Amino acid sequence: MIPLAHYLVVSGLLLVIGVFGIFMNRKNIIIIMMSIELILLAANLNFVAFSGALHDMVGQVFTMFVLTVAAAEAAIGLAIVVIYSRNRGSIEVEDVTLMKG
Amino acid sequence: MIANFAFYIFSAILLASAVMVVSSRNPVYSVLFLILAFINAAILFLMTGAEFLALVLVIVYVGAVAVLFMFVVMMLDVDFVALREGVQQYAPIGAAVGIVLFMELALVVTGWTIAPGAAAFRLSPTPTDVTNTVALGSILYTKYIFLFQIAGAILLVSMIGAIVLTLRDRTRGKRQDIDMQHARMPADTLSMVTATLGEGASVPKTPEQVQ
Repeated sequence: MIPLAHYLVVSGLLLVIGVFGIFMNRKNIIIIMMSIELILLAANLNFVAFSGALHDMVGQVFTMFVLTVAAAEAAIGLAIVVIYSRNRGSIEVEDVTLMKG
Repeated sequence: MIANFAFYIFSAILLASAVMVVSSRNPVYSVLFLILAFINAAILFLMTGAEFLALVLVIVYVGAVAVLFMFVVMMLDVDFVALREGVQQYAPIGAAVGIVLFMELALVVTGWTIAPGAAAFRLSPTPTDVTNTVALGSILYTKYIFLFQIAGAILLVSMIGAIVLTLRDRTRGKRQDIDMQHARMPADTLSMVTATLGEGASVPKTPEQVQ
């Protein structure tokens, strides 16, 4: 059995890489969304690791809901990216001012 | 021992591919490394005993979400090189924030213990006599049925939302206009011509063609 702390270190590093990706690719919304997926994956890894260590199924149930919400978020976000690029021809995050009155 | 070794290998691949996701020049490579990261995370899920979730991760993420990302990356006509401007400028800030965040997480990871009575507070202890899928299903469809229904509603809303957002009204395509068909009069389109024998008739232009 792998110690719980190992899983926590891996998921912590994964979360840090995701945050770093958001900061580094500030203009590319698609890479930012992939970084968000990495952060959610780190959270899922944490839930599953604690579920295994504590012998409690609730962690895995909650992981399923996180997966559901992450899939919904990816679908809606990518739909918005597609219509935004269709309207403006660019997906630069800093230029997003369509909602400005 | 061999489990530990495998854990380190797959964790290393997971973290390396995560780094490649955020630092790759080509977004297509980013998506492919994202798939690799998800497969390795699924293996880590397997090693901690969550077999059903591991396979769900492969099916949902590799099969659906990553393909969706790939589709959008390939469909968008966007200059991805221009979007990488300023990466060198932003990287130190991101590294600083990341290091601070990791220090905080390291303090948490090194300085905690599970409370001695924590086992008594478990909501659904893992049963030992059934497989993981049976155990998950037997509480998901009974104890957490409302959460399960809400998750389904969220997926339905996101599906409808994505369709509504991206649906285009194709005005340029050929389609039937019933009002226009009903308003069409014979005088607009039909004209009687007497043709003399051996010469034929030159067809006068209908009003629609004149316009």
